Amino acid sequence: MKQYLDFYDEVRDVIAARSCREMNDEREKALQTFASQGFPSKKTERYRYADVEADFAPNYGIQLAQLGGTLPPHCFRIAEAEPRVRALYNKVADTADSIVALNTMLSVDTLVVHVPGTRVEHPIQISNILKGEQDTMVCRRILIVMDKLAEADIIITDRAASQSRFLTNQVIEVVMDEGSHLSLYEVEETHLLCTRYSSVFVRQGANCSLHHSSLTLFNGHTRNRIDVQLQGQGSEVTLGGCIIADKMQHVDNNTLIEHLVPNCLSRELYKYVLDDSAVGAFAGKVLVHEGAQKTSSQETNANLLATRTARMYTQPMLEIYADDVKCSHGSTVGQMDEAALFYMRQRGIDEREARLLLKAAFITEVIENIPLESLRDRLHVLVDKRLRGELSKCEGCKLCK
Amino acid sequence: MLKIENLHASIGGKEILKGLDLTVRDGEVHALMGLNGAGKSTLSNVIVGHPAYEVTAGSITWNGKDLLALKPEERAHEGIFLSFQQPVEIPGVSMVNFMRAALNAKRKYEGLDPMPAGDFLKLMREKRKIVDLDSRLTSRSVNEGFSGGEKKRNEIFQMAMLEPKLAILDETDSGLDVDALRIVAEGFNKLRTPQTSAIVITHYQRLLDYLKPDVVHVLIDGRIVKTAGPELAEEIENKGFDWIIKGEGLEVKG
Repeated sequence: MKQYLDFYDEVRDVIAARSCREMNDEREKALQTFASQGFPSKKTERYRYADVEADFAPNYGIQLAQLGGTLPPHCFRIAEAEPRVRALYNKVADTADSIVALNTMLSVDTLVVHVPGTRVEHPIQISNILKGEQDTMVCRRILIVMDKLAEADIIITDRAASQSRFLTNQVIEVVMDEGSHLSLYEVEETHLLCTRYSSVFVRQGANCSLHHSSLTLFNGHTRNRIDVQLQGQGSEVTLGGCIIADKMQHVDNNTLIEHLVPNCLSRELYKYVLDDSAVGAFAGKVLVHEGAQKTSSQETNANLLATRTARMYTQPMLEIYADDVKCSHGSTVGQMDEAALFYMRQRGIDEREARLLLKAAFITEVIENIPLESLRDRLHVLVDKRLRGELSKCEGCKLCK
Repeated sequence: MLKIENLHASIGGKEILKGLDLTVRDGEVHALMGLNGAGKSTLSNVIVGHPAYEVTAGSITWNGKDLLALKPEERAHEGIFLSFQQPVEIPGVSMVNFMRAALNAKRKYEGLDPMPAGDFLKLMREKRKIVDLDSRLTSRSVNEGFSGGEKKRNEIFQMAMLEPKLAILDETDSGLDVDALRIVAEGFNKLRTPQTSAIVITHYQRLLDYLKPDVVHVLIDGRIVKTAGPELAEEIENKGFDWIIKGEGLEVKG
């Protein structure tokens, strides 16, 4: 922890000079939070399955870059966004969380995606490419603002173009105004030396819909958190998770959906396929506040362990303070279906291929739930390649060749 | 030719097959009858290499090859097909992907390239008609939501796709109504070539009326105790197994 405080002490003026007022205004408070709390231990409820101290221990070089180049439509550096949009910075995130505080302390720039009240036809794609010869930590900050009746698909991909050790600390804030629709996809396709901490915070107004898919195809250590607040009636949220992990990978998803008002709908389906000695964790809480009547909520975590050495921790939670709701939650952990494996082998399909077909069959449900057809088709291909062990390089990315 | 000699096999430490001999020549259809628990399904599972069964003695050769040394998938590539007594449902794996994987695995074993997608779908359509299997079913997941009869028809459809040299039908007639039985049996007969041989496990004469076996065996307590022509099946249908058990001086426990 000290290394981060020392580093900040050294570069605080550089950061402030490269950044903007809205971001600089938040730094001191973030520093205090981080300095007083330190890294969360396993005793912290929402970090039970992560070894934060170890993940942040290596001596990373810390990148302090501004966003450069030409940004896609509706994307801005924070300094160039509208004042009312800039003002939302750090207003949705959980500022008491020290990982978020560390990000707030060190982030230089924020990518703002501001969608006006129309439908954006083409998906907005944000590619994060980790590159560099030295071990590097990246603090990434994204603010997504959906105006009234805005509609957009946003795809965020994480890739690594070099075999260094990378640590990403990402914070995404999403503010959805009345009647807006957002599909937000996050795809991780990096390598075993990458560690990712991601914290996504969403605030939904009335009659909004959010689809969020978290697709961990390849990464070393992943810790994804998403918190969604349903603040306006008639809104719905769907969270999906597709996690494929093997070797010594560790993937931890931590979700919170808060129903604050009546008549909202939430659905959640996270599926894990764990092979070798991979470890998975899922902790998902649905919190129905007092007065949030007619809430409908369904939470499922299903897991397939392909070996005896793979491990899964699962903790679906439901907390209800209203009396007229329809809520369910559950989780399953299963092994390969031996009868199905033999049936396939009797038809001539070799054992490796048969296992692969069963794994793909298990995960396919999550992919099928993805509303964006072109991405769905692409993901079927990527999942198949991943399961075949052919996803060692980023697909179609010139940087890696 | 399939040649089984002095086969002993057990499951979970319990011996089921106790010295079984059986020879099936190319083009022959052999019926295998016997009481429940006699070892009929064990025999079919051992032939196709089910990992739960342990062969403790004896041999099985198939066209001169040591079958017991081959993996289940290799046995399939060598032309051995089992129509399962209880076909397995595989949610999420489509019939198309399943059949394509199976067919192309066989082609690879034979040194052929994968079948082009168009040809493959055409082949599926053709073979489907043999057992009157609805296209609605072949577009679903393997056996998922199929009725008992549809599952059995699906087994024969798969056989049609893979064109085996030895087909083992393990109670393919169980759970079929008269019409479905006819469709399955006639489908099977259409697929037969002069070289195709078959082992048909059944409790009933009805299936054998269609398939016309060359030889009928009675399996009791892990051994074949009686072998005769098709008339034996009729006799069993009328008289049961008691007369064979007594006539052979056997004792059946339980």
